[in-house]
Amino acid sequence: MKRFLGFVKKEFLHIFRDYRTLFIIFGIPVAQILIFGFAVSTDIKNAGVAFLDLSKDETTQKLTDKIISSGFFKRTENLISYNEIEDIFRKGKTKEVIIFEKDFARKLLNEGKASISIIADGSEPNTATLVTNYTMAIISDFNADISGIRSNNSMLIQPEVKMFYNPELKSQHMFVPGVITMILILICALMTSVTITREKEFGTMEVLLVSPLRPIQIILGKVVPYFLLSIVNVILILVLSWLVFGLSVKGSIVLLLAESMLYIMLSLSVGILISTVSGNMQQAIFISLVGMMLPTILLSGFIYPIENMPKVYGVISYLLPPRYFITIIKSVMIKGTGFLYVWKETLVLLSMTILFIAISVRKFKVRLE
Amino acid sequence: MQMQKVIESTDLSKAFGQTQALKEITFSVDESEIFGFIGPDGAGKTTLFRIIATLLRPDKGEMKVLGMDCVAGFRELRKNIGYMPGRFSLYQDLTVEENLNFYATVFGTTVKKNYDLISDIYSHIEPFKKRLAGKLSGGMKQKLALSCALIHKPKLLILDEPTTGVDAVSRSEFWTMLAKLRQHNITIIVSTPYMDEAMRCDRVALIQKGTILSVAPPQKIRDGFSRKLFMIKAREKYKLITALRNYPDTVTAYPFGDSVHVTFTDDRINESLFKFLHEAGLNNVTAEETSAGIEDRFLELM
Amino acid sequence: MDNRVIIVKKLIKKFGTFVANDNLSFDVFKGEIFGFLGANGAGKTTTIRILSGLSSPTSGEVIVAGVDASKKPEEIKKQIGYMSQKFSLYEDLTIKENIMLYGGIYGMSKSLIKERTDNLLEKLNFQDYGNKLIADLPLGLRQKLAFSIAVFHEPKIVFLDEPTGGVDPITRRQFWEMIYETSARGITVFVTTHYMDEAEYCDRISIMSEGKIVALDTPENLKKLYNAATVEDVFIKIARPVNN
Repeated sequence: MKRFLGFVKKEFLHIFRDYRTLFIIFGIPVAQILIFGFAVSTDIKNAGVAFLDLSKDETTQKLTDKIISSGFFKRTENLISYNEIEDIFRKGKTKEVIIFEKDFARKLLNEGKASISIIADGSEPNTATLVTNYTMAIISDFNADISGIRSNNSMLIQPEVKMFYNPELKSQHMFVPGVITMILILICALMTSVTITREKEFGTMEVLLVSPLRPIQIILGKVVPYFLLSIVNVILILVLSWLVFGLSVKGSIVLLLAESMLYIMLSLSVGILISTVSGNMQQAIFISLVGMMLPTILLSGFIYPIENMPKVYGVISYLLPPRYFITIIKSVMIKGTGFLYVWKETLVLLSMTILFIAISVRKFKVRLE
Repeated sequence: MQMQKVIESTDLSKAFGQTQALKEITFSVDESEIFGFIGPDGAGKTTLFRIIATLLRPDKGEMKVLGMDCVAGFRELRKNIGYMPGRFSLYQDLTVEENLNFYATVFGTTVKKNYDLISDIYSHIEPFKKRLAGKLSGGMKQKLALSCALIHKPKLLILDEPTTGVDAVSRSEFWTMLAKLRQHNITIIVSTPYMDEAMRCDRVALIQKGTILSVAPPQKIRDGFSRKLFMIKAREKYKLITALRNYPDTVTAYPFGDSVHVTFTDDRINESLFKFLHEAGLNNVTAEETSAGIEDRFLELM
Repeated sequence: MDNRVIIVKKLIKKFGTFVANDNLSFDVFKGEIFGFLGANGAGKTTTIRILSGLSSPTSGEVIVAGVDASKKPEEIKKQIGYMSQKFSLYEDLTIKENIMLYGGIYGMSKSLIKERTDNLLEKLNFQDYGNKLIADLPLGLRQKLAFSIAVFHEPKIVFLDEPTGGVDPITRRQFWEMIYETSARGITVFVTTHYMDEAEYCDRISIMSEGKIVALDTPENLKKLYNAATVEDVFIKIARPVNN
């Protein structure tokens, strides 16, 4: 045990002596939290929309059809009551709920105006903005059509837009979860794989192997410091977001930390796995960055919604741990859901972790070849 | 009373892909010996040392270290071996002290416990114990690496080219330190490309292209030189070598520092030699018999 | 006619407060084999970097192949060849490809490169191996090849940084014969080495210790001066290993 602790101590020394590593671990998350906030525009395709049609008349039917046939939207459900709205957002597939008020067509005819409520999922501010804009464009087009038919009246359909979750559409709500996801996999996979391959490259690994240290002790010794530092980082990011942006965790913090720890374990095992196939640091860095970070940023749903991607990429994203974690973290942080809503994703992460650890331990060589 | 052999190698072979790195290596090392492996780069020294250090497995043959098989008994062996690979394998961003403490802890001991063993060596660098290992000169890194390899009082010390790239003074000091370790019953195997260091070993194995050419005390190897050796000097070194190579009675001619070591077909200097050299434009030529060194013998065997 | 290819006068190089080169003065003559010795940390590498245009002096005069090192270090690079133990050739390229690469870098014409390539391969007995990868060659051959390529463009001076480390005794000697032959062609050879017997092959040697030159003369004269049988003995007497 003493040996093991001696080894862990050495690992901490390495980390705190290397300013570059410290910068990556702590500097980048802080910088990202403070600097991040960009507007990303993408086209939407097949965004899930649910309809709460309290009127169910010809006009609402026509408008519904128009919205669905536009190609931008895909009907997920027909709701019956207001109660179902929260639930359907929680499920995640629906980005927008459109509510037609009672006696829609009659009001339009008699009073010259009728209202539509558009409620969008604010936890993805970019998407929310886009879908509401598109929806309003379609409505306004529809407006023009019906105005044209009855030339003397200009009829107005007045859409009222509301955001569910994140009513102020704060983009922090989008990127804080994403940043956490990215930072964790960056620190864990990249740093872990580099620290192991560095020993290989400098020849110190040889001496370690010849010592009484068992491989499992070496692996754990490398992993423990980064595990602890990552948890510190998660807390740091959360505290920072709260202080600077007032972003608080809606759901259970305990659940959030627990899921984070699972994700950290997974990322660490990915790092170890990378180190077993890399001969030197350059390879490790390359595989970690190109193999992990870029797909994470682009394909996990962090910036670009998965639904908007070409099918192929969507499929690839199923293989990426970050995709699942982002869903979990958004659900818990922003939507405040409990474990019941994220158990599927958790299970996937758990299985991946076990798989990667098993492979890494098998591949870690007791000798030089 | 027969002392147990510290290393016993029988028909050891190892290949990497197409290359046969070691071919049926057989030798043994006694307790407290300083056993040297002399040979050029690519001879197989590092591969052999890695097998002894349990880092590689042989393809064929047997390697017994401290009475245990190097493959089956690797766990136990790793507690009793000190290994210093080429390039010193120190943690550059840790201090001298931290490096030493780390290795002590990993081997389940403390620096204090075996301090007397390394005190001669460590005393040279102790004034710099708070300095980062990366900022030490070559000679000091070498001493630190040696201290780290010894800190757990191993029975066998494996040193792979510990003096390469280190200046002559440090090299000399290093060998003095090794000699002192004998008193502690530590067996040492060491590889080096420097022939002169061979003379400081108890026994030496000449190794080339994966085969052992000869195993014997260095003096014996040296004395095995088959011919009479002559030392010829002149001012213009290059001209001298070229001329000697063209001289009909020359068997071998190798530059050796400020002279050329030559062997002749009839083992003596003929008068015709001076005439020949004079005609080649060389003046003030001196020639005398000399005794062969281990390098001469190595050149002969290669 | 001044046949000095390297002129160094009162060279000082400081890194912060640390003085790596302390008031060095020496000359190297055309066609000489000049051995540059010293313990690790004595300041040799610093000096070589300045001489090869990779670093600038803090003060003092340094003229290499007629070019002022403090004013036009880039110009120097065109006049010299360089070979070090750590890097010489690209392992995943063939012999011919490496030659083409270096020839091109030094601005040689294709026809000239071809002609000299054939000569080189013949000299090394490599005629059939022009297309072999460097990675497949043993160390000794690589070193000889690296040297040949370093002088391929017939520079005025070639700098060799511990060129024979780890190489077998026969190859080492063959290497030195190549050095002799190069020097006979008029190319100055500036070499550092830890093999003391190689120091004896040089026309003159200098020994550095703690940033200063403590000896500069022919090996013979130094041995007489210090009453030593070999250069190694001279070295041990005057070059203390540096501990800082």
